[in-house]
Amino acid sequence: MANLSYIDAITLAMKEEMERDDRVFILGEDVGLKGGVFKATQGLYDEFGEERVIDAPLAESAIVGVGIGAAMYGLRPIAEMQFADFIMPAVNQIISEASRIRYRSNNDWNCPMVIRAPFGGGVHGALYHSQSVEAVFANQPGLKIVIPSTPYDAKGLLKAAIRDDDPVLFFEHKRAYRLIKGEVPEEDYTIEIGKADVKREGEDLTVITYGLGVHFALQAAERLEKDGISVHVLDLRTIYPLDKEAIIEAAKKTGKVLLVTEDNKEGSVMSEVSAIIAEHALFDLDAPIKRLAGPDVPAMPYAPTMEKFFMINPDKVEVAMRELAAF
Amino acid sequence: METQFPIKRIIDDEGNVVDASYCEQLHGELAKELYYHMKRIRAFDRKAISLQRQGRLGTYAPMEGQEASQVGSALALGQDDWMFPTYRDHGAKLTFGAPMVETYLYWNGRAEGCVPPVGKNIFPPAVPIATQLPHAAGAAWAEMRKGTRNAAIAYFGDGATSEGDFHEGLNFASVLKAPVLFFNQNNRYAISVPIEKQMNSETIAQKAVAYGMPGVRIDGNDCFSVYFEAKKALEDARNGRGPTLIEAVTWRTGAHTTADDPSKYRPEDQGKEIVDPLVRLERFMKKNSCWDEAWIVEIEALIKAEVETAVEEMESYPKANVEDLFDHVFAKMPTQLAEQKESYLAHLKRG
Repeated sequence: MANLSYIDAITLAMKEEMERDDRVFILGEDVGLKGGVFKATQGLYDEFGEERVIDAPLAESAIVGVGIGAAMYGLRPIAEMQFADFIMPAVNQIISEASRIRYRSNNDWNCPMVIRAPFGGGVHGALYHSQSVEAVFANQPGLKIVIPSTPYDAKGLLKAAIRDDDPVLFFEHKRAYRLIKGEVPEEDYTIEIGKADVKREGEDLTVITYGLGVHFALQAAERLEKDGISVHVLDLRTIYPLDKEAIIEAAKKTGKVLLVTEDNKEGSVMSEVSAIIAEHALFDLDAPIKRLAGPDVPAMPYAPTMEKFFMINPDKVEVAMRELAAF
Repeated sequence: METQFPIKRIIDDEGNVVDASYCEQLHGELAKELYYHMKRIRAFDRKAISLQRQGRLGTYAPMEGQEASQVGSALALGQDDWMFPTYRDHGAKLTFGAPMVETYLYWNGRAEGCVPPVGKNIFPPAVPIATQLPHAAGAAWAEMRKGTRNAAIAYFGDGATSEGDFHEGLNFASVLKAPVLFFNQNNRYAISVPIEKQMNSETIAQKAVAYGMPGVRIDGNDCFSVYFEAKKALEDARNGRGPTLIEAVTWRTGAHTTADDPSKYRPEDQGKEIVDPLVRLERFMKKNSCWDEAWIVEIEALIKAEVETAVEEMESYPKANVEDLFDHVFAKMPTQLAEQKESYLAHLKRG
């Protein structure tokens, strides 16, 4: 087992899949010679050449659209959006085309492509380099949305996404890229898309989250453990479609639920998680469902004081956990 | 196509006049005005990079090498015209009248930095690529409908020509005969991607043909050529002749942003032959007896003082107040957001 950063695990997953299957190729802005603005594709241009690591013209809509054409033909494209914030010109291609192809062709066609996009804040990226945009896509049947939290999950889920026969939006938290490190097996493995994962067993309260929020929750849980409060942490991993059973099970287990997302509070993925719990586990709850999220302002500001306020962190999660535990 | 769209220039690298038809218009006052602004925005730019390196400014997009394009085009504007800049066009903004301290504040992530002076029609810089082109068409068309003679200039780079919004914006403006100057700075790289990988067209100017508007290719490092071609296009626009696409061929001397390292993707000697636009103008001025050493010393001191004052002001600004983060989402604050703000203020009181 090697100790890898989150971004290295992503690079490794792409490299292994490209070695395994020559239908797999990458297209995106600056992904070739430069190796991507975050270096997620570093070394791949040298290893696989410019036909499989394509420095695309600056056109997100066409990067996805060309990918869709190649995917329907039978290739396995990995389209990189430089920042999730810049995915917007491609929304038409992703929603109107990629996620509708199987259904509208009565299963005659499908679109096996991955769209990778770094998202999230805490990197002094300002308004257009910090946003969480997953909720924009999280009610589009036909599309899967994966957000890994650890290097192990990132490798296994990205490999599964590349092999998936349907389009997968793969959001990577850019603050996690070099911050989060972990053991990654050298052998080939995949992780099933659509399955949440218990990252910590606990008895007193449940935290449901994804991405960087998982690490904040785990850190806060350590602090509460010292006071004898046991926290259960569920990592959604796939935020669309949700792992309903795992959510209900985790909520019922402790009867107290804290939902954590960095996205704006109103209309986030956590709103749906909350609805699932309300529908299926209301009478197992000992406290109202609690949400910790970003404020309902358009985007993360750049000024340090404001960025710090906007971001979720272990302290904020700890405070919310203690409030819930004391209910 | 390159022969159909030759690069127009008025002075060459040595500062010699190569288009005699402009001789009478190349007077000392114009040369001095162009030189002063180019010198000023370069000082702003170099200071910004140095502040960023010292951790006193956020990630910054340098524009060194593009001074002639930005100053020449901005000086061609009328006072009431509209400017649609990108994140690299702060040189044009400064020349058009954006205060230096606000421009530094913008690069320090302050919302105050996005507010142009009263009466100056400068849109907030566009960060998503090419999104401002349709805006320029819309604003210019509205001016036309109102019956004014005001026009709009939309700045964008070579990478932006690949986006749908570029094509849609040009087409729309052309159909509406909107008074827009689509001013492209082809600095030959979109981050790491060279123009040859961006498009299979020989020029950007030729794209104008598809939309039924004039396309002009100019030497973007020749400030005179930029100034006079921009003036002409704006004049056409004002007179109801619709939009023009200008491709100013220039060169980004430095990195895409302070977070980028061009040595990873640009050959070391590439661009070395390009004569600095300020040096080029200096050569012209020396050859035409409008180079005045005393004046140079004077403006250098003036610019140095302006930059220092602006930096001091920027740094003495009070820290961003988190309370302000909740404001201006809507004209009237929704209940949920008001609650979030109250909860924050209560949290502050509790300490």
